[in-house]
Amino acid sequence: MSRKLYLDNAATTRTKKEVIDEMMQYFDVLYGNPSSQLYELGRKSKEAIEKARKTLADFLNADEKEIYFTAGGTESDNWALKGVAFANLNKGKNHIITTKIEHHAILHTCEYLEKFGIETTYLDVDRYGLIDLDQLKESIRPETMLISVMFANNEIGTIQPIEEIGEIAKEHGILFHVDAVQALGSVRIDVNKLHIDLMSMSAHKLGGPKGIGGMYIRKGTRIDNFIHGGGQERGRRAGTEGVQNIVGFGKAVEIAARNFDNRIERLTGLRNRLIEGIKNNIPDVVLNGHPTRRLANNVNFSFKYVEGESILLLLDMEGIAASSGSACTSGSLDPSHVLLATGLDHGTAHGSIRFTLSEEIKEEDIDYTVETMKKIIAKLRAMSPIKNDEDLKKN
Amino acid sequence: MYSEIVMDHFRNPRNAGRIEDADGIGQVGNPKCGDIMKIYLKIKDDIIEDVKFETFGCGSAIASSSIATEMIKGKSINEAVEISNKAVVEALGGLPPVKIHCSVLAEQAVKSALYDYAQKTNKVIKGLENYKPEDDEIHCQH
Ligand SMILES: Cc1ncc(COP(=O)(O)O)c(C=O)c1O
Repeated sequence: MSRKLYLDNAATTRTKKEVIDEMMQYFDVLYGNPSSQLYELGRKSKEAIEKARKTLADFLNADEKEIYFTAGGTESDNWALKGVAFANLNKGKNHIITTKIEHHAILHTCEYLEKFGIETTYLDVDRYGLIDLDQLKESIRPETMLISVMFANNEIGTIQPIEEIGEIAKEHGILFHVDAVQALGSVRIDVNKLHIDLMSMSAHKLGGPKGIGGMYIRKGTRIDNFIHGGGQERGRRAGTEGVQNIVGFGKAVEIAARNFDNRIERLTGLRNRLIEGIKNNIPDVVLNGHPTRRLANNVNFSFKYVEGESILLLLDMEGIAASSGSACTSGSLDPSHVLLATGLDHGTAHGSIRFTLSEEIKEEDIDYTVETMKKIIAKLRAMSPIKNDEDLKKN
Repeated sequence: MYSEIVMDHFRNPRNAGRIEDADGIGQVGNPKCGDIMKIYLKIKDDIIEDVKFETFGCGSAIASSSIATEMIKGKSINEAVEISNKAVVEALGGLPPVKIHCSVLAEQAVKSALYDYAQKTNKVIKGLENYKPEDDEIHCQH
């Protein structure tokens, strides 16, 4: 068996060949510093950055001046929260609303901001991972400065009602930040239609290089600068630009925009084939996330009575790379905070596996994955002392 | 991340399964923590004639159970009770620090099964005189 199936595209993606080709010349041919405007080599680098910026702006229905490049999704999330918090310090605004299922880049930043007297409300989610708009409205205080809700969840793929949230934020004059790291390239995003003020993006989730991301900042938004230094990114995010990475990001977005609907339709078909295949062939499974309001490439199941890490190790032996929300793989005491927030018991959460597809995947790969999972789960269940839901709930 | 021995025991677990007419059964851990080990013993003349395990848990939990059953099979109950988690780790060629609790669980599962046997047969096993299974519950020490 030499089959190799990479089904962990929410973790990162293969950098597309076209992207690499576009990037290469910015290492050794067009290597000028974009700040060096007095000679051609520098100007060429600057032009390349601006071209990528325009690609992104067009893709989001934004203005080029509203797009900033950062070192990735984590930095953008940090910037959004800290930048808005610090701009509001000592102005009577000290409250942020976010959700229990955000990426750690959001959750740990909110924890850090407590040191500065910033309070955070973490919204609950239902069993599908959706927030409750009434709870959101009830959580708004006169001191609320920011609502930060992820577009789509990285573990369970659930897509939030972003437009409705945006309307509520706008009505109350509160800034709205969206972590769109997983959604970019998978869901159509029009920052104006959705009333988004700030949005985090990352290139490596859609076939671009790692270590480069972006932030959309609506014109007029009060936010502090994040990295202080030279005048790059109009003084808001200093540091010599990673020109080749920015070029790669732009190319990845250009490719994603090119064939959007067909690509998403095909991925959705593959996703549903995998969901149905697992449901119909393996007993005692729970689909995590929403049945339909989910990313086109995301499948997340809990396999009762077995544990996720052992599933991953057996999958690896069959050439399949996936991920799990079990504690064993998170390196912490508890299984994934996202799965627990959807109300899953610990035991069931420990048996969760996420498969995230890419365009490289074919139908036969899906069928192979279902067959392989069927064998693996049977093998582990034969070895498990937990045989039913009663055993699972003990303790 | 795991040694060759761990992977070998994970891939081909020794003594997986159950013994229907076991003389001693021990179960430790809980689903909340993500590991449960259950050990079944068949004992004749104080010798462990057969042993099986059932484990819910990560790769190292399965490997720890597997090697622990190998280490006690054919041994006397007095020898088996001496099995330490350190011995399990050594036999496995080492475990990552965050997985040491799996070896602790294996030691406890063996002790718990021996204790069950001692209770059922009114025997006193040296080293288990003051053993109480509930004291041995570890609480999600990953
Ligand atoms: C929802 C979400 N936000 C933020 C990040 C962090 O992005 P990056 O890896 O670019 O720092 C990720 C990626 O893991 C993510 O999935």
